[in-house]
Amino acid sequence: MAETHKPPETFKLRVRRYDPESGEAPYWDEHTIELEPHRSVLEGILQAKAKHDGSIGIRCSCRAAICGSCGVRINGEPGLACHTHLDHARESAKDGVIEIEPMGNMPVIKDLIVDMDAVHWKKVQRVTPWLIAKQPVPEREYIVPKESMVDITQSMACIQCGACVSDCLAMEVDPGFVGPAALAKAYRFVGDPRDDQQDIRLKDLAEDPQGIYDCTHCFKCVEACPKGVNPMGQIMRLRRIAGSDQHIVDRNNGERHEAALTTLIRDYGLLHEAEIIPRSYGGNSWFGKFHPAAGKELLSSLPTVIKGILRRKVNPKIAIFGHKIPKQDLAAVQAIYDKVESRPQRYELNLYVTGYDEDDEPVPAGVGAGTDTGAASAIATQEPDGPSGAPTTGEGSAA
Amino acid sequence: MKVAYWPGCVSRGFTPELHGSMARVAPLLDIELVELDRANCSGCGVIAEHNQELADTLNARTFALAQQVQGAELMMNICSTCQGAQGECQERLDANAEYRAHVNETLAGEGLTYEKGLTNKNFLWLLVEEIGLQELRSKVRRPLTNLRVGPFYGCYIVRPRERLGIDREHPRDHYLEQVIDALGGTVIEYAGMRKCCGFPIVTMNKQASLTQAGRHLGDAVDADADCLVTPCPLCHLNLDLQQPAAETTVGRELNMPVLHLPQLVGLALGLEPKELGLQRHVVRPTSVIDWSTSVVGAAA
Repeated sequence: MAETHKPPETFKLRVRRYDPESGEAPYWDEHTIELEPHRSVLEGILQAKAKHDGSIGIRCSCRAAICGSCGVRINGEPGLACHTHLDHARESAKDGVIEIEPMGNMPVIKDLIVDMDAVHWKKVQRVTPWLIAKQPVPEREYIVPKESMVDITQSMACIQCGACVSDCLAMEVDPGFVGPAALAKAYRFVGDPRDDQQDIRLKDLAEDPQGIYDCTHCFKCVEACPKGVNPMGQIMRLRRIAGSDQHIVDRNNGERHEAALTTLIRDYGLLHEAEIIPRSYGGNSWFGKFHPAAGKELLSSLPTVIKGILRRKVNPKIAIFGHKIPKQDLAAVQAIYDKVESRPQRYELNLYVTGYDEDDEPVPAGVGAGTDTGAASAIATQEPDGPSGAPTTGEGSAA
Repeated sequence: MKVAYWPGCVSRGFTPELHGSMARVAPLLDIELVELDRANCSGCGVIAEHNQELADTLNARTFALAQQVQGAELMMNICSTCQGAQGECQERLDANAEYRAHVNETLAGEGLTYEKGLTNKNFLWLLVEEIGLQELRSKVRRPLTNLRVGPFYGCYIVRPRERLGIDREHPRDHYLEQVIDALGGTVIEYAGMRKCCGFPIVTMNKQASLTQAGRHLGDAVDADADCLVTPCPLCHLNLDLQQPAAETTVGRELNMPVLHLPQLVGLALGLEPKELGLQRHVVRPTSVIDWSTSVVGAAA
């Protein structure tokens, strides 16, 4: 660890200051600190506080990326101050000065401290974040197969720091959205074989207009999380179980949209855009567009539709008949659907659980070609009929 | 260079000007497009939400078809969403040999196999990494002088960074700025340039969806942009086709033209707005930009 022997260096911090009670507007404050480059941004803030200005507000406790107290934005990106090295932070700063701000989507109490109670914890409460045990409760501990808990370890890794909440783009426009942290927590119980309320939890979150179908799939939370929880991935799991397994037809068109798109690709090979919207509102069949809900939506979108046609943006032939891939290819696509959808167990590979093949770095899509090591790791699978089917270690966990 | 070309569905459906302009621009950049006309929809993340293995197998089929194209150096996308959705599937396929074999077993019915390590690049990445900014600069016939262009990336092509291969050597989340600059335009940075256009929830929460689109367009207006450019046809649908509705949602006039990436490149390479299908947009670029003055110098 050569890094630990590097001598102290000078770092500049630009800290966002704000005291709502003062009646003054927020402002930036600069401090120069001196520390070894591998030390954390949190240590830098604490030095500035100790040496220059004791009034800087920052919340922290463990200093080891476990307690989740020191979530802030560093150079515009959310993260833990204690988990970010000063030299790395300086590299990502646009002018060499490390910029530290409070997290977003939550009101500021003072300087870098945000009101987690008002937003984050309220949302976590919303999802009933405790186990509702199946009856009868065993006299001693619940015994479940180890494999059945593997799948939820990813959501259990959450330290409630709020970094994902800070940057959630759906919450930015719709503050009532239940949000990434709380929904990841919801999956922690939906995926738990000991919980008795999976179907009720799912129906509740599917029917809520600000529940699982309010996520815009923007990957912000995936990027923000310092613990690899992949909250968006957990939301997709909730949708998968709610829609594909439990067929909860929600008022938000979530299940219908997913079913319509999946069916259209099966029928055409390509997306039939003119069908996807009415089917998402009216129901997943050719008749879906004649449903009153589809009619209402079509009526409200009429100006958009007419403009699209007038500008020849929408080719009338494609709008009516859609576009298809050649016959034999469509047959091949349908054979894939038949084979995969008829499996008794759904295959799901979670790289957080299985990792990458031996001596293989993750291969970023589209960069270079790797070599096949032939090593294999376990494949997580899930019962097709609902969350009660706990994920198990897949066929042949040879290595 | 020869590429196995995946245009996606929307570029041939509701944004036909995207596929059309790519076909016009390719020869000017010495790109030979071999269209993957047998390939299927990437599922845009929704099929993966329904059944992960189904999405992985459908995209492995596309990858296998791309690998069959003789002499192609790589596979090329013109849709950010396809890029992201396919990248996610490829990550799983490449990570695990056993899983790949399992998926290939399904493809065997058609005589196809996906071999690990396909290179799949968006047109934007190919422009910067394969053609190069210098080469692109040298091909400019009508520099976009005085044209103030705001980049709009779309989520699927900027996050997650690791999967998309974004790092210090490949700042793919800054390529649009580099391309605009190489074409002679002025880069306009604004708050929403790497945010979500809202398209994925337009059928689920139209209000939130159009608020997203409207806010980003408004940010661009406030930053004094003449137009936006995007590598994603789905973003284009929410930002252009839905712009009148977004104006109503956010309660302000926007009138912000949104160009597809090949259209912006094509303009600078000397193609005419009409050849690039600019008249098909809901917010006509010609209604806002006077090409005779904003874009200096006639096509050579």
